[in-house]
Amino acid sequence: MANLSIDFAGIKSPNPFWIASGPPSNTAYQVHRAFEAGWGGVVWKTIGEPIRNTSSRYSSIDIGNMRMAGFNNIELISDRSPETNFHEISEVKKRWPDRALIASLMVDTRDHWHDFVKCSADAGADGIELNFGCPHGMCERGMGSVVGQDPAVAETIIGWVMEVSTLPVMVKLTPNITDITAAAKAARRAGANAISLINTINSITHLNLDTLVPEPFVAGFSAHGGYCGPAVKPIALQMVQACAADPQVQLPISGIGGIATWREAVEFIALGASSVQVCTAVMHYGFRIVEDMIEGLDDYLDSKGFTCLGELQGRALRTVRDWENLDLNYQRVADIDYEKCIGCNLCYISCEDGAHQAIQLVPPDGHSLGPGRVPGKPIPQIVPELCVGCNLCSLVCPVDGCITMTSINNGNPELSWRNYQMKVSRGEMAPIPAHP
Amino acid sequence: MGLSSKLPPEELAIKMAELAPAYTQQEATLEAARCLFCFDAPCIMACPTGIDVPSFIRKITTGNVTGAARTILTANVLGASCARVCPTEVLCEGACVVLDREGDPVKIGRLQRYATDYAAKSGIQILQAPSQRTGKNIAIIGGGPAGLGCAAELAQLGHAVVVFEKKPNAGGLNTYGIAYYKMKPRVSLEEVTMIQQLGVKFRCNVEVGTDVSVSRIEKEFDAIFIGIGLNGGEFLGIPGEDLPGVMDALDFIEQIHTKPLHEIPVGNTVAVIGCGNTAIDAVTQAKRLGAKKAFIAYRRHELEMSAYDFEYELAKQDGAVFSFNSVPVEIVANEAGWVGAIKFAKTEINTAGSLQILPGSEFTEPVDMVLKAVGQQKQSNWLQEHFPLLKFDQRGVVEHDPATGQTNIAHLFTGGDCANGGREVVNAVGEGKKAARGIHAFLTQQIASGPIQPSRYGVDGIPVGAGLEQAIRVRELEAAYLRER
Repeated sequence: MANLSIDFAGIKSPNPFWIASGPPSNTAYQVHRAFEAGWGGVVWKTIGEPIRNTSSRYSSIDIGNMRMAGFNNIELISDRSPETNFHEISEVKKRWPDRALIASLMVDTRDHWHDFVKCSADAGADGIELNFGCPHGMCERGMGSVVGQDPAVAETIIGWVMEVSTLPVMVKLTPNITDITAAAKAARRAGANAISLINTINSITHLNLDTLVPEPFVAGFSAHGGYCGPAVKPIALQMVQACAADPQVQLPISGIGGIATWREAVEFIALGASSVQVCTAVMHYGFRIVEDMIEGLDDYLDSKGFTCLGELQGRALRTVRDWENLDLNYQRVADIDYEKCIGCNLCYISCEDGAHQAIQLVPPDGHSLGPGRVPGKPIPQIVPELCVGCNLCSLVCPVDGCITMTSINNGNPELSWRNYQMKVSRGEMAPIPAHP
Repeated sequence: MGLSSKLPPEELAIKMAELAPAYTQQEATLEAARCLFCFDAPCIMACPTGIDVPSFIRKITTGNVTGAARTILTANVLGASCARVCPTEVLCEGACVVLDREGDPVKIGRLQRYATDYAAKSGIQILQAPSQRTGKNIAIIGGGPAGLGCAAELAQLGHAVVVFEKKPNAGGLNTYGIAYYKMKPRVSLEEVTMIQQLGVKFRCNVEVGTDVSVSRIEKEFDAIFIGIGLNGGEFLGIPGEDLPGVMDALDFIEQIHTKPLHEIPVGNTVAVIGCGNTAIDAVTQAKRLGAKKAFIAYRRHELEMSAYDFEYELAKQDGAVFSFNSVPVEIVANEAGWVGAIKFAKTEINTAGSLQILPGSEFTEPVDMVLKAVGQQKQSNWLQEHFPLLKFDQRGVVEHDPATGQTNIAHLFTGGDCANGGREVVNAVGEGKKAARGIHAFLTQQIASGPIQPSRYGVDGIPVGAGLEQAIRVRELEAAYLRER
């Protein structure tokens, strides 16, 4: 049993799984249910001046048989009064003293920020998250992502918060920005205690092809929404890694974006996050998913010999390099296991039409009946000298373990593009000939 | 004393309901999403009409269901009936690579039904005859699947086609001989209508040689396609065969399609002689129509029956009993002069490898209905009478070039059961289509080829016609390979 508890910038939590600020953390009723299910923490749905929402609010994209592979919303911050929210926070905190309860805030003036920060502390919250990220609705009013997109403005507002806060302050970053580390550095400069990322991505998920109006549909129109769910995980992971690897950031990170199982949690933590936040998956399946997340993470840590999350945290950071430092002489080649091949030929057609024409169809000599059980039907065969090791065939192959990418020892020493440029300019090596 | 019907209409509606009902849109989309969209897929090679299966399934996933129907119908004009009656387990679905991955193939037949149903319901005319006509006239003798496959293809190539059909409706066994829980005649008749819309003329209730002479047809038409199928059921050649209560299984099935279900007489104890797929259809439907006991008697061993495994399973599930190595030697009348019992003998294979009756093994089973399903007679007598120069092979079927359907008489073409000895509906359609192209080449000296198969675009040669030229049966090939090893 590994130790899953965390101390996140002073916020203590029995496990790293938090409910992100959003619809699942809207009320005391829901937060009680989340804690009953086992969630380590909850970031309350953003509190501010109560807003008025539209009907409808959500849309999503399905991929194949998977519903809500990507999810989008135009729902704003809490539509309940600050008094109600702070009162409920204090009630919940009393009942769940060992869990992390974080107030998410979004207001406008310095006075309002001071006021809301104090209310959060008075209610007994363990920390504050500043919502500088929502890409819709609030930015038109000078809040949300317009703050997060301008590091100078963000720095000023964080400064206001830090003037009065007695609690750890976490800044939630928007991904709708050219370089997220600029925003992270602003948070650091302003004295914030942590960052959380990513908020949702500007989006239009799809049109209704009959009406040609996007969803979510509001009286004949729609608006840019915030995109999240499984489909955004790669973007979130990249941004978490970029912030974690930046020596000028050096803040605890709460990872958000497409986390639905313990597997994504491992990825975020290994790339530098200390806690992870989940919203869409709970909106899809309910709070109960945390049981598997805790158990799966625990078993994973045990299986890898880690005794606590700290030993996993940031462990993969060193494996992400700038491209110019990758070894140009490294080589891998695809290898087909004909015992597993079912003869779909997707590897062939994808390489032929979509990549490097390094797979040929040849008579199935020596492969008995052959994959696909059709005697004499040509089978795909890798041409090693043409294979650039791009991975495409192994990605399209529908059978687990059928196409593997194997490393080739070609005897060439490691050579990064950076070193290559240097050596060529010094005349130490001839330029590599262009691909025919 | 005749037989009576056994069950009320409400109960029959349930018992005779479709085995594989239509997919809803969601069911179809979910199932279609299982398809891997193989390149040069084995399912295309396994389809005797060469339908580009991955293409049509992909179109279902995108909501382009009309396009899916177009892909199907341009390859196989009887796509709707084949979707229901094809033994997909041994054809396309038996070749599906998802079977290897998941142990369960993509349900190609049911998806094909979904797409063709959609086209039929939406009323879109998918197939078009060209406005430019060749001026050539072709007669089709026999409006079954082979004749329809040939007629539709010829019409789309610009020829004028007349189909001569001796029954009141065209469609052949699709209209009159399919188990009720697989397909209703309506589907087949809709296909006939679709072919009519291509400009094909149907002359039903017209028997060639009786109502119209062959010489007249030969004079009025530039080429003739013979697709007359097989004749009535084979005889058992035993005493009592002509007793009331003894009938051909196919005649029994035809009644099911031509009468209300609750008016079809069925015995209390029904014996079906033979163990092919028609025998299974007969025994299963007899049971569902209310027979208390229905059994199959087969003179050979279980392993030698020609019924498909899944048909055999279906019959067993319906409570049919199987008596193997049992050959009828006499049908015995009761005191009213009706079928009362069958006397059987047991058989075995002797050392010389031939079937012999075991002496003293006779036993008698009381029955009140006997359905004969021991194969259909060849049509060689009729054909020899009307086309004296036509050549036959030793099986008694018409000799022809399998690629073009052309017989030894240049303007006579053939396909379907009368040319192949009795195979699936889909084989008949494919052979009709190939014969149409043979006729086209014969009359115009031009080669017609099928539509490009997009999911084979890039194979060696031209990506048309996989499966049409020579369909494979992957499971049989696999079994044969494993046996040899």
